[in-house]
This record gives sequence, C-alpha cells and structure tokens, in this order.
Amino acid sequence: MTITFRYWANSGAPWIWLTAAAVAASLTMVLGLLLLIAINGLGHFWPSPVWELQYRAPDGELQQLLGQIREKEQVSVEHLRDAGETIAENVEGTVERYLLKTANRDTSGLDFRWILADDIEARSLPQPLVVLERLEWGDFYGFIQSLQRNGKQVAQGEAAWQELQQGLEYVEKLRARIRRLEKGEIGSINYRIERLRLQKRKLELEGEDTPEALAKIGQQRKTLQAKFSGLHQNLDELYRKLRRDTVTMTVMGGRKVDIPLAGIVRAYQPNAMQLTDKLAFYLAKLWEFVSADPREANTEGGIFPAIFGTVMMVLLMSVLVTPFGVVAAVYLREYAKQGPLTRLIRIAVNNLAGVPSIVYGVFGLGFFVYFLGGSIDRLFFPEALPAPTFGTPGLLWASLTLALLTVPVVIVATEEGLSRIPASIREGSLALGATRAETLWRTVLPMASPAMMTGVILAVARAAGEVAPLMLVGVVKLAPALPVDGNAPFIHLDRKFMHLGFHIYDVGFQSPNVEAARPLVFATALLLVVVIVLLNLAAIAIRNRLRERYRSLEQ
Amino acid sequence: MENIRRIDAGIPEDRVRADDAGAQDICLEVSDLNLYYGEAQALDNINLRIPRRRVSAFIGPSGCGKSTLLRCFNRMNDLVDSVRIEGSIRLDGENIYAPAVQVARLRQRVGMVFQKPNPFPKSIYENVAYGLRLQGIKSRRTLDEVVEKALRGAALWDEVKSRLHQNALGMSGGQQQRLVIARAIAVEPEVLLLDEPASALDPISTLKIEELIDELKEKYTIVIVTHNMQQAARVSDYTAFMYMGRMIEHDSTNKIFTNPSEKMTEDYITGRYG
Repeated sequence: MTITFRYWANSGAPWIWLTAAAVAASLTMVLGLLLLIAINGLGHFWPSPVWELQYRAPDGELQQLLGQIREKEQVSVEHLRDAGETIAENVEGTVERYLLKTANRDTSGLDFRWILADDIEARSLPQPLVVLERLEWGDFYGFIQSLQRNGKQVAQGEAAWQELQQGLEYVEKLRARIRRLEKGEIGSINYRIERLRLQKRKLELEGEDTPEALAKIGQQRKTLQAKFSGLHQNLDELYRKLRRDTVTMTVMGGRKVDIPLAGIVRAYQPNAMQLTDKLAFYLAKLWEFVSADPREANTEGGIFPAIFGTVMMVLLMSVLVTPFGVVAAVYLREYAKQGPLTRLIRIAVNNLAGVPSIVYGVFGLGFFVYFLGGSIDRLFFPEALPAPTFGTPGLLWASLTLALLTVPVVIVATEEGLSRIPASIREGSLALGATRAETLWRTVLPMASPAMMTGVILAVARAAGEVAPLMLVGVVKLAPALPVDGNAPFIHLDRKFMHLGFHIYDVGFQSPNVEAARPLVFATALLLVVVIVLLNLAAIAIRNRLRERYRSLEQ
Repeated sequence: MENIRRIDAGIPEDRVRADDAGAQDICLEVSDLNLYYGEAQALDNINLRIPRRRVSAFIGPSGCGKSTLLRCFNRMNDLVDSVRIEGSIRLDGENIYAPAVQVARLRQRVGMVFQKPNPFPKSIYENVAYGLRLQGIKSRRTLDEVVEKALRGAALWDEVKSRLHQNALGMSGGQQQRLVIARAIAVEPEVLLLDEPASALDPISTLKIEELIDELKEKYTIVIVTHNMQQAARVSDYTAFMYMGRMIEHDSTNKIFTNPSEKMTEDYITGRYG
C-alpha cells in the first residue's frame, strides 16, 4: 500500500492534480462572479408579471395590493416577533415572506414592502394591468380608467389603452425634438454667448475694450439672443403640445390618479405580453440602458455618458502613457549606463506600481488640478476667472493621473521587450552604417512594439478598473455634457465626466432608493467588465498583428 | 593586367608568390595594435597588411582573438564598454581610430557579415534596401536597381525575385546568410568582413557561400574568420594564423598550408592542437 502510494506520489500525478485544481478554482471563481453579475443585472430588464394580491393587513383589514415579487426568503418567526410583527400563536419555525415592489411611490410613499406569504388570501395576474414607466417618481402600477385630451375625455377602458399607445408615440416624437432643440441648438447658442462674454472680459483685461470692439460683440450677442428667444418660443410651443393628454388610472382601493402623458416614458401590460413581446421589450430596455442618459438620480434610464466617459478616459490615458513609458524605458535600457543607479531607478519604478491609487488621486488633485491647472488658468484663461477652466477636476487631469499610475507597467513591459531583442540584430544594423539612434528607430523599437502593447494592455486593464483616484480628479455623479460635442473645439478635456466604476458606487451606495437601484449596480458592473474586455481585446488584436510582423523573436 | 605597384605587404619580399606579384595594393594596415577588455589583453601587438581585392583568412584556436581583430576593422568593439585599444588601423592610409572619424560612415565602407544569419524582420527587399535608406536614398528606381544588383551579386536574385516583398525570416538559413551578404554589398563597401559566415550552415549552403566569396573578391577586399582550415585553404589567398592574441604567421595560403615557417603553425594545421 505504501509502495503504491509512493509510486503514485513520485509519478507526479498529485502535482498535476494540484495544479489543475488551482486552475479549476480560479476559473470557477471568475465564471461564478460573471454569472452572479449577469443573472442579477440582466434579469432587471425582463418584464416580470405584476400580481394583484388580497392581503390581510395586521389590523385585520383586507387590502388590495399590486406588485412584483422581487425576492422570497424564509425568516424565523421569533425574529419577526422580536421585530414587532404580530404572528399567530400556533405558528412556529420559519415563515416565507416576499419583497413586493408596489411602485406608485408618489401615492403610497413606498416603493417596496415586505409581506408574509401567509397573509395573502388570494392572488391573480390581471391582464389589463398597466405598468407606466415615468420620468419621475419611478414606475406606476394600475388600471386604465380613461384618457383625456385637452381636458376632454376621448376614450375609456380598452379603447383608452390603444389611445394611450398613440399618445405616447406622439409624446416621444415631441420629446426627441425638444431634446434636439435644448441640447443641440440652444446649447450651442448658450455656449457661444458664454464665449462672447469671455471675449469681452478678455478685451477688458487687456485694456483693448474699444467702443468698436464692444459694439461688435454686443451686435453678435444681440443676434444670438434674438435667435435664442425665437428658439425658446418654439420650445414653449412644444412643451404646450406635450401636455395635451392625460391618463386617469385606478389603483388599489379604487383610487383615481391623473397622470400627464408628458411624464410617461413607456407603458406596457406585463401580464398580457407574449414571449416575443417580452423579448422585444427586453431588448429595447437593454438598448436604452446602454444608449440613454440616466434619470432619477441615476437609478433609471441608461448609462451612456458613463460608458463614454470610461472609454474616453482610458483611450486618453493610453495615448498619454505609451510615449512616456516607452521613452523612459528606452533611456533606461539603451542609453543609461547599467549600474547601481539604474537598478535603484528600476526598483523605484516597480514600487510606484504598489503605491495605493488614492495617493495618486491626492497627488493628481494637488499637482495637476491645483498647481498645473491653476497656472494654466492664470496664463491662458484669465478672462474666465474666478471660475476655473482647467483648475478644476476634469477629463485631462483624470487621464494624466491614471497615466502616472500605470506608467510603471509600460516601462517594465517595454524594457522587457527591448532586452529580448537579440544583439545580432542591433549589430547587423550598426554594421550597415546606422547610428544607434537609427538602429533604435528603424529596427529595435518596431521589434519591441508587441511588448509595448503588452504594457498598454496591462495599463488599460488597471486604469479601467480604477475608481478611487478618479473621484478626486474628475469623475462626477452626473455630468451635464459629454466631453465631446458639436461646439468648437469639439473635444473638451476640461470637462468633468461620468465613469462606470464610480457609477456603481454612486448608484449602489449613495442612491436614495437602494432596492430599486440594486439590479442596476449589477448591470453596470457587467457592462464595466464588458467594456474592459473589449478595450483589452482591441489592444490584444493590435499586439497580435505586430507580433506577426516581427515574429523573429519567437524563433 | 593590373598595373604594377609593388609595395611591401607586411610579408617579406621573398615570400610573395611569383604569380601574385604586383597585386600588393594594401587596403588595411594594422600597426602595433593592442586591445584590452578591462585588464585582460585580447590582442597583443598585431602588425598586419591586408591586400586589396584578395581574400585573407584568419585561423586559430577558439579565443585566439581572430574575431576580435576582425571587429576592430569596423570598430564594432566600440560597443563593448570596457574595451581599450592602442595602435592604429589604416584604411587606405587613414587611421580609422582617429578622433575625427565618423563611425557610421566607416561602417558603410567596411561591411560585416556575422556568424548567425541576422536578417531584420522585414521583407527581403527592405532588408537589402536598409543601408541605402540610411543614406537617405528614397527614389524607388534607384532602390529597385541597387536591390536587384546586390541580390544578383549575392547569387540570390533568381531564388527570391518572385517574393521580394515577403518576410526575410521565411527563407532558409543559407539564403538568409546570402541575403545578409547582399545587404552588406548593397551599400558598396570597400571591405567585407566575414565572421565565420558558414559555420551555422549545412554543407551545400556552405559551398554556395564559398563560391560567392570567390566571385566577390573581384570587387571587394575580403577578410574572413574561419574555424574550418579546409575552408581557409579553399577560399583564401592569404592566411593569418593567430594564437593567444598574437599574430604567429601571415603568408600566402599556399605557403601556410604547405610549408609554414613557424613550428606552431605547422602543429595547428596538422591538427596537433587547437
């Protein structure tokens, strides 16, 4: 027996098992994490049924409740009794309770409530039940009573549902036009008026505010203002049209509530939907999630600005970190005399990678934002002071801070690549009459480019997941505008931006409505992972192309 | 027939073979060359004259300094940090170790081929054009012409003319070595240094390289380092035998291999050591 065990141990099989188990464990953890995020996040967009419950309230009164069952759990009776719930004497052990999303926050004051399964006397899935997704106050559950147009009732019951759909289409079109007008044209005019103000201030500061120049600015301003008031009239007109329809809904206990269509995003009857309808609805919701702006303190709507901000920041960071890291690595490896000093520098660089990222955030705020940004403002944008232009957290400073954070990775990877280039290749180039610089540019650097890309990949992976320093140097909960828009100079590096990582923190832990926000946290986390994977895949694709071109190293 | 210009070739008058009389136009002249790696002396008082448009071979046991000497001719040793060189090497009468010499310019005049083929990971065409591009030649026509000429010169044109723009690393070892020779002769050097050019190749590729050396000596002064004494005997006109950093004997190949004047040379050639 011992001999066979020793034979088995010596054969190396246990080692293989151990290593394989380590791989299996890490794979399980990664897949488990992704699965957890995906299930919790993606389920949120599915139109789940809304129940009508006959609920026996603690005071013995029978209530009608409308709601989605979000969670079921077993709780011990004792625990509930301690919490002050009244439970019949004969019940022991555990009871089931449901987390019910009752929506209608504006009428009932509560979005969610826990109820005991035993208190439910009857349940059904009424087909005509309508869910209204609203711009404010969250969802609304109820039954359609009638639809009013310009104060007059035009439809009732089933017909009103049809009428509501059409009314919503009309509203959606108007809303799109309003958005274009507000964000596009009026936004652009505001931007230009602000520029004129700054121009005037600049002239005053420089003492060149001659009457002609001021008159010219005043003239331009007047035209813009005329345009503005014209547009504003259009806008008022559109808003008036938007208020045309109102729907009257009945809720629990027969109460009637009037809801203007202007405040409704979409309406659907979850209990009456077929599978295909649900699928279409699901995809539409998913698309809204990745393409629309957030609403309701980020707990509803989409997260497009956060995706955009994250990608933009990572790209800018890559553009900044690559040349810097590569140049530093070239000096360290190619020109510096190898000795104790270079070793010390290398150790310092490697240790930089271990400094907590929040420290970089503090440094970024102190050095980049206040010192560099403040100096830039004083030198180039004195007309805007005391309002800061670059002297405030923004995209550029966030990218620079993260570039600083990731530069060790790029340096180490590039040095590694440079050291792997065979001496014979360098000698071959030098022997043809190339100087060291020419050899570097024409042969060594192209051959080391896959290694540089490896560094960039690692840098991207680290930067995209970083949140803490960003909170100090440029990320905000809600950015009024994207860093890229149609107003010259089109890319506004001074603007604050939104970030998926911070969004997760904000929605999950700073939001007033935690239960409603939780699925969004998972969905956002999933999206962040997807964005990082995509960024990495892009970098890996570039690296593989470079590798194919300079594959002599693999020989 | 070459016009006769009789110069002492570093070889006593009486040893110059009759049939080679008059070919003694000196290309490289080494005087009192000492080379140290840190404290260790690698070359000890070398004096040598290398005639133009002839093949000179350096033979000797491993570590005797023959490669080091070769790498002095295009100042490749400059790349080693701890190296120190005394004495002079004159190329066409000019000391290549003079302070005013531009090393890159010198290396264009003295080309070098290494032991292991080291093509760049670029296309065949770009490999050959590399030295020309360094000189700032951009005209497509000139480049095309020179590339073809160099590849023909290295007896490679017929094999690669249909795939000039493919990666050079896809070629066989022997082809790669001839490509490296083509790359070196594309910049029209005066001297071609070959550092054991065939040691990493199979016999057939070796034969091709040797044939090529024979053709190239019509235009270039060739200095070859080799481990293989048969190869030295086959390709060279002059042979220098080195031992422990010293030049033991330098003479016509015929003389060295049939009737060496030094006992050490004879022992080495007959395989008694080395």
